[in-house]
Amino acid sequence: MRRLVPMLLAALAALAAGCEKKTQPAPSGESGAPTATAGQSAGSAAPEGSDTILLGEVGALTGGQATFGISTRNGVELALKEANAAGGVKGKKVAVRVYDDQSKPEEAALAVTRLITQDKVVLILGEVASSSSLAMAEKAQAANVPMITPSSTNPAVTEKGENIFRVCFIDPFQGFVMAKFAHDNLKMNKVAVLQDNKSAYSIGLADVFTRKFTEMGGKITGTESYSQGDTDYRAQLTAIKKTQPDGIYVPGYYSEVGVIARQARELGLKVPLMGGDGWDSEKLYELGSSAIEGSYFSNHYSPDNPDPRVQKFIADYKAAYGGVPDALAALGYDAARVAVEALKRAPDTSSASLREAIAQTKDFPGVAGTVSLDEKRNAVKSAVVLKVADGKATYVTTISP
Amino acid sequence: MAQLLQHLINGLAAGTIYALVALGYTMVYGVLKLINFAHGDVMMVGVYMGYATAIGLGRQAQSSLWGVALIFAAAMLGCALLGFFIERFAYRPLREKPRLTALITAIGISFALSYGFQLDLGFKLPLPGGYELSLALPGASPRAFPEIIRPTEWLIIGDRDVVIWNWQVISFLIALGLMLVLQYLVYRTRFGRAMRAVSWDHRVAALMGIPTDRVIALTFMLSSALAAGAGLLYAIKDTSVSPLMGLYVGLKAFVAAVIGGIGNVPGAVVGGLVLGLVEEFVVGYAASTWRDAVAFGFLILVLLVKPGGLFGRVAAEKV
Repeated sequence: MRRLVPMLLAALAALAAGCEKKTQPAPSGESGAPTATAGQSAGSAAPEGSDTILLGEVGALTGGQATFGISTRNGVELALKEANAAGGVKGKKVAVRVYDDQSKPEEAALAVTRLITQDKVVLILGEVASSSSLAMAEKAQAANVPMITPSSTNPAVTEKGENIFRVCFIDPFQGFVMAKFAHDNLKMNKVAVLQDNKSAYSIGLADVFTRKFTEMGGKITGTESYSQGDTDYRAQLTAIKKTQPDGIYVPGYYSEVGVIARQARELGLKVPLMGGDGWDSEKLYELGSSAIEGSYFSNHYSPDNPDPRVQKFIADYKAAYGGVPDALAALGYDAARVAVEALKRAPDTSSASLREAIAQTKDFPGVAGTVSLDEKRNAVKSAVVLKVADGKATYVTTISP
Repeated sequence: MAQLLQHLINGLAAGTIYALVALGYTMVYGVLKLINFAHGDVMMVGVYMGYATAIGLGRQAQSSLWGVALIFAAAMLGCALLGFFIERFAYRPLREKPRLTALITAIGISFALSYGFQLDLGFKLPLPGGYELSLALPGASPRAFPEIIRPTEWLIIGDRDVVIWNWQVISFLIALGLMLVLQYLVYRTRFGRAMRAVSWDHRVAALMGIPTDRVIALTFMLSSALAAGAGLLYAIKDTSVSPLMGLYVGLKAFVAAVIGGIGNVPGAVVGGLVLGLVEEFVVGYAASTWRDAVAFGFLILVLLVKPGGLFGRVAAEKV
């Protein structure tokens, strides 16, 4: 009997290995990619004669933000599938190796190091959560490998160095969008803030919202905080309730916001909640149920957009994965396509020429808005405000920079 | 005043759940001197067992009286079984090894459960009669626990200044009931007497003819069943369940058990309630950022003043 435990552990390890394999898309070919990297002796340039260009991706496939990572991975996969179907880049296939970071920044940093030193990828995509992207950017910048984050909106991410890019807007803009919307469209005067103190993203949005809303003449009645992973917010909400706000700004992630909405309604707080793109997940409507109805959040894209390019993306995504793509899938798709475009434009795959090519991205027609990178390597684009109604997000308005 | 009352209700609700989980830590520590760090994760498994039962019953049946009873029974029995297996195959082989070995094993089991449950695995078993049994791990993303007690407002004071819901009262009563049953088991039955004897000195207890292995196994089953009950109350209260919930609640409950004096049954209850209330009032009246700092600071303070916890006794180490 005593032998049972090691056997069980071995079985678990085998399962874990099996899972890791599954995260790699078919084109990379489990045996093909490693031989490609093994044949490469010096420098970060892909070897001549190898028939794949390997990209790396780090995402939260497990943990609290798992739907973010999975959506992004699907978007990236779809973009690369299309690129390869259209002939690839310079006659080569583009493949991606995906590592799971369990929604933890420290794991994300490890994964990047592994991608750079072991897999010798030419470019890195990821993460969604700014805290994780910050940890990754540090490593990518130090190793001089270009990195594109699809959806991290914290300004500090691209400030890590000239190798770090993003295809989405930044926090100050999201905070500004909601402050403007709350003040001008919803005519609110008093708003309370409830932020996630463990997340750079949440703190960033809350800070800008507070500043902009006050500048516009509004009043912040109180700022409360929680930590990611909490499930009881009644104490904070009871304190907020006392201040009688017109609305509550909760720039957190869907996994917490749904529960926060329920407990707010339970305590008799009926005012709308407002948030950012961290809300964007089908799970929000499951966790929040009827309590989240009538709340607003800013986002990168809306599936209601009639643009044929967007509709084609939605149809392709539905065919491949089922379900309507969320903004993170759209941004993952855009990031991978920007990367492929840059690979096409760059004379070779050295990090210097890749970096140059990415930096020149201008008026790139993405599904989540037109991408032009500014000199700080951030995308300049407009945001949409969505309202939760009947268990889904409906388009309300677009707010431009 | 109304706000104070609301905080008191919130704090009590959180505190009773900490107390129930803390009881499990304390009982296992009592008989084995082992801090069972997998306890919180056993609770999480219990929640998912309850979740699966509730989904299996369907929307109508899950909120009926027998439906709720069935959900609790399934989760508690399932967890008792899980507790039995963990004790039998992970802890018993290590019983005569240094205590640290068992402690590390406990941490290992905790991680195996909380991360194993995030894997995307499942299979379907065809059953006779056209039915199909589908077993699957829950996966990483959080799920909404079904409302097995349909929320109704039972008491509203003022202009919704204080709101008390039916499930808050029912949960409190269930928690109280579980504690009373435990109290009876530990202090009024032969098994309880055996358990207390083992916790006093398991070698001498064995010499007196007490089947220590069986008592320890039963203690594990009891504490795991209690964890499942606590977990369900937690899921009813906070509605969101995820594979990592056990790590967090487990840690808080462990703190509660230490505050009360680990190994002491009434101490765990008092420790849980105190911790729940302290956290609630810190967030409500001071800054929410301070919640964990104050909770753990309070733990340090208690240990400085009374090293054995509020109700614990410090045994002099004989050399």
